[in-house]
Amino acid sequence: MPLSDRVRQLRDQSLNAPATLSAERAQLITQFYKQDIGTVSNPVRRALALQYLLERKHIFIGEGELIVGERGPSPKAAPTFPEICCHSLDDLNVLDSREKISFKVTDEVRDIFRNEIIPFWSGKSMRELIFEEMTDEWEAAYRAAVFTEFMEQRAPGHTVLDDKIYHKGFLDLKQDIAARRERLDYLNDPGAYAKQEQLKAMSICAYALIHYAGRYAQRAQRQAETEQDPRRKRELKRIADICTRVPAHPPRDFWEALQYYWFVHLGVITELNTWDSFNPGRLDQHLYPFYRTGLHEGTLTTDRARELLQCFWLKFNNHPAPPKVGVTAEESSTYTDFAQINTGGVKPDGSDAVNELTYLILDVVEEMRLLQPSSSIQLSKKNPDRFLRRAAKIIKTGFGQPSIFNADVIVQELIRQGKSVEDARNGGSSGCVEVGAFGKESYTLTGYFNMPKVFEITLNSGCDPRTGQLIGVATKDPATFDSFDQLMEAYRQQLAHFVDIKVRGNNVIERLWALHSPTPFLSLIIDDCIEKGMDYHDGGARYNTSYIQGVGLGTLTDAATAVKYHVFDERTMSMEELLTALRRDFEGYEDVRLTLLERTPKYGNDDDYADGVMRHLFEMYLAAVEGRRNTRGGIYHVNLLPTTVHIYFGSVVTATPDGRRAGEPLSEGVSPVQGADRHGPTAVLRSVAKMDHVRTGGTLLNQKLTPGLLDHEDGMSKFVNLVRSYFRMDGHHIQFNVVDAETLKAAQANPEKYRDLIVRVAGYSDYFCDLGKTLQDEIIARTEHQTF
Amino acid sequence: MISGTIFDIKRFAIHDGPGVRTTVFFKGCPLSCWACHNPEGQRPGSDLFLRDERCNACGDCLEVCQQAAISQSDAAVHVDRYRCDLCGACADACLRGALELAGRSVSVDEVIAEVERDVVYYDESGGGVTFSGGEPLFQPEFLEALLQESRKREISTVVDTSGYAPRSVLQDIADMVDHFLYDLKLADEARHREFTGVANCSILDNLNWLSEHGSSVMIRLPLLPEVNDDESNLSALGRFLSSLARLHPVDILPYHRTGADKYARLGRSYPFPQQRLPDADTIATAVQLLEQSGLTVTVRGETYAVE
Repeated sequence: MPLSDRVRQLRDQSLNAPATLSAERAQLITQFYKQDIGTVSNPVRRALALQYLLERKHIFIGEGELIVGERGPSPKAAPTFPEICCHSLDDLNVLDSREKISFKVTDEVRDIFRNEIIPFWSGKSMRELIFEEMTDEWEAAYRAAVFTEFMEQRAPGHTVLDDKIYHKGFLDLKQDIAARRERLDYLNDPGAYAKQEQLKAMSICAYALIHYAGRYAQRAQRQAETEQDPRRKRELKRIADICTRVPAHPPRDFWEALQYYWFVHLGVITELNTWDSFNPGRLDQHLYPFYRTGLHEGTLTTDRARELLQCFWLKFNNHPAPPKVGVTAEESSTYTDFAQINTGGVKPDGSDAVNELTYLILDVVEEMRLLQPSSSIQLSKKNPDRFLRRAAKIIKTGFGQPSIFNADVIVQELIRQGKSVEDARNGGSSGCVEVGAFGKESYTLTGYFNMPKVFEITLNSGCDPRTGQLIGVATKDPATFDSFDQLMEAYRQQLAHFVDIKVRGNNVIERLWALHSPTPFLSLIIDDCIEKGMDYHDGGARYNTSYIQGVGLGTLTDAATAVKYHVFDERTMSMEELLTALRRDFEGYEDVRLTLLERTPKYGNDDDYADGVMRHLFEMYLAAVEGRRNTRGGIYHVNLLPTTVHIYFGSVVTATPDGRRAGEPLSEGVSPVQGADRHGPTAVLRSVAKMDHVRTGGTLLNQKLTPGLLDHEDGMSKFVNLVRSYFRMDGHHIQFNVVDAETLKAAQANPEKYRDLIVRVAGYSDYFCDLGKTLQDEIIARTEHQTF
Repeated sequence: MISGTIFDIKRFAIHDGPGVRTTVFFKGCPLSCWACHNPEGQRPGSDLFLRDERCNACGDCLEVCQQAAISQSDAAVHVDRYRCDLCGACADACLRGALELAGRSVSVDEVIAEVERDVVYYDESGGGVTFSGGEPLFQPEFLEALLQESRKREISTVVDTSGYAPRSVLQDIADMVDHFLYDLKLADEARHREFTGVANCSILDNLNWLSEHGSSVMIRLPLLPEVNDDESNLSALGRFLSSLARLHPVDILPYHRTGADKYARLGRSYPFPQQRLPDADTIATAVQLLEQSGLTVTVRGETYAVE
């Protein structure tokens, strides 16, 4: 269906607006912290800070908009969070001038940073606090890129909303808070006062958002008074009415429901720059009652619902991810903030959740063709094939969306982690591929973990070969090992060592956030923070999980397999010879490199030799991380996803025994090494399914398919068969890049002609021409499963 | 244990019968069709592929060749196909994959183990195993054993054949085959002989028998302009097919040149360098001619929409 004039104009505006860096939030938060507000508790201070922001933030109602409210003062104007990480003038220059993913910075903004923001926050930001508290060994491992740290410039907040806002207004939440305060037991509960302060802060936040919506109501009313076009006048009056109603009260219809969510979204992303992906969760489930009632009563049409959803979609696209600082500013290669809207799955009673609205939302995904929000389908064995076919038709158009998740396995994963059946069924995936109990869980991704780097350090007896520094355990010279088991034991020791360092750091960082930067607004909407009287950062959520995301499983597997095969089993080369070749980056050892590359079992080919090594390494990683305790009363689990970090991680790993040269990217997600899979997609899926996805919190598998495969009904059926088979084998997630290599090469040569080409990068999609050349080359190299 | 010679096992084969399949390519074929797109399937023994574009003339192959069959110039190596005894030592030595041996002897167990790997996909899609080639009927004992083992495992079976085989071979296997893909090219015996190297009477007779026997058969018709696209041939084939015990669907496979590269890699000249590709008119006419005989006709598995 063609877009309405309104939506087309809004879409053009959103796509054409340049990303800019706005000083508004930085300036307001600085003013707030400069004031003397007397002695207040930290949660209350943070709540008052949010109130200060929401009372003063610029109000923006764009022409023709039906859903209102922006993160910055206008579309694509990105705020900063100096209390968390303060941009230096150098950072601003990098952001302004870099070729890809730039943020324009005006001289005025530079002056504000120079004169007001940097002087005030220097030495005070969370980032500086965190780095100060880290140990030398943490710093050595961090610098060597054994792991990254998510919370050094963004707040922990990886969560998704459930359906509570569709039944409860913020006034109801305030009442819940008041009732909870009534029940505080100051006589017997030593935490009563802390709870009181936390509850007080949440109440302030609830008020702050209602007030913010009121400002929109006033503005819309004023605009309505001067509006000449009678149709727009009516719309503005309706918007004023809606903003008076929500979020104070529960929504009465489809439009109010969307606007309510959007205000809540703005509250979350104004309070802190949470990692990442905050989104409405099961949108087709939440909105369905409003949709059905509206149609039934004649107050809503399908076209109107479609247009409202399209306007809602554009709000996400107006928000580039917060600009990064330091080395991340130089390397970050995406504007996306991982808001992933999902459809399908199962209802709380376990039955098929797909409804008419599911299909309407998928129409919107296809018609809008936007990077943000990202979209996914949660495919249960109970869902009809029509649902998967509808998704496949969108995938075929070549912008990498929607990705496909196994709803039944996600339920298993969540139940294994201790969630109730209902909470598990109401959950799903978010961000890239991470699972969560929506509205009830704080699931913090703490950082990427460079598994091939640890293997490289093992081969160098604990030293980082790039610096010669001993950063791991001083394990024995691998040349003295007489069995593969000895090598694996040394790897296990190094792994445990670095996971220890990471968890120790995390446990301090979690406390720093809980103590210095509580998040009362987010706590308001995540169960059971009100009931516990505790902050989201401090264990207030019903479930509290921490993850360390393993990266490079394919590279690690192929590297370890090559050593096992050539050094220990077949004895085609000695360990010394192999290590020498690696140290010289295969210079003068081309035959060794080719042997490793061409004469070695590889993961991704349904080869039990290599896949057996993969399983072993997967179990080792699981054993190293799984079950460790965090400081919020929860435990650690693993997931396996890279976003784009496999490129950065690869750049700091020297040559590996799989034949990879120094600096080349690592494999991504749980996908095989780029180009190593040579037996087609059924073999890849079989290999990948040999790990136990149920014991992870998410795995990411990228597959590239040429459009030809999906050309005919028959091809579409085979696609459905392929996905259903992978899910029968308990695969967690699969996503497809449906483009041919020739198109990508042409796009690389003539980017101006392919600006619209969107490809799936990892857990998200991006404009191909916005990607750096290395990433472009990699996507081209990903094995094409062309059939003829 | 029975064994046979194959040159490939291809998984996720989605054009060789219903569903997602694994196709086993038998080596050796009594026919030598001009338009053969798998020339490495023709000879019963091994074949040596040489891919010039992958060769960097490193000379590793020269050192291992006991027959002195390989010589070297600046940028490439050359194989003296008369001297070469197809031992495969050069292919083992060639790390760049420029030299590669096509054809290997495998046991029934090995093939079945590979086929069984994708059972989950067969179950999901209604697929199974396809025996193709080369000519699967050319290794009857091997084929029969594979069919028996597939049957035992309830894996659906397709045989993709030229139909050129003694009747007894067909009789022995027919009841173990769920579906035949049966190639027909030319109705006229002399032209068939010229084009494929063999007469077509047994092919037609066997098809007649299969039809009477009640086997499920899909006819596959490679369409080559100026070879078999003429009205007299297509009408004759149509008449023949409509005279069978049952009407079998016909799938037209428009000629393509993918075989040409393989001939070059085998050091053979392509028998058909001037052959032009069928255009839309040629295909549409062929569809119409066959439909006039009351047959259901598809092109590459899809209903053909005349523009």
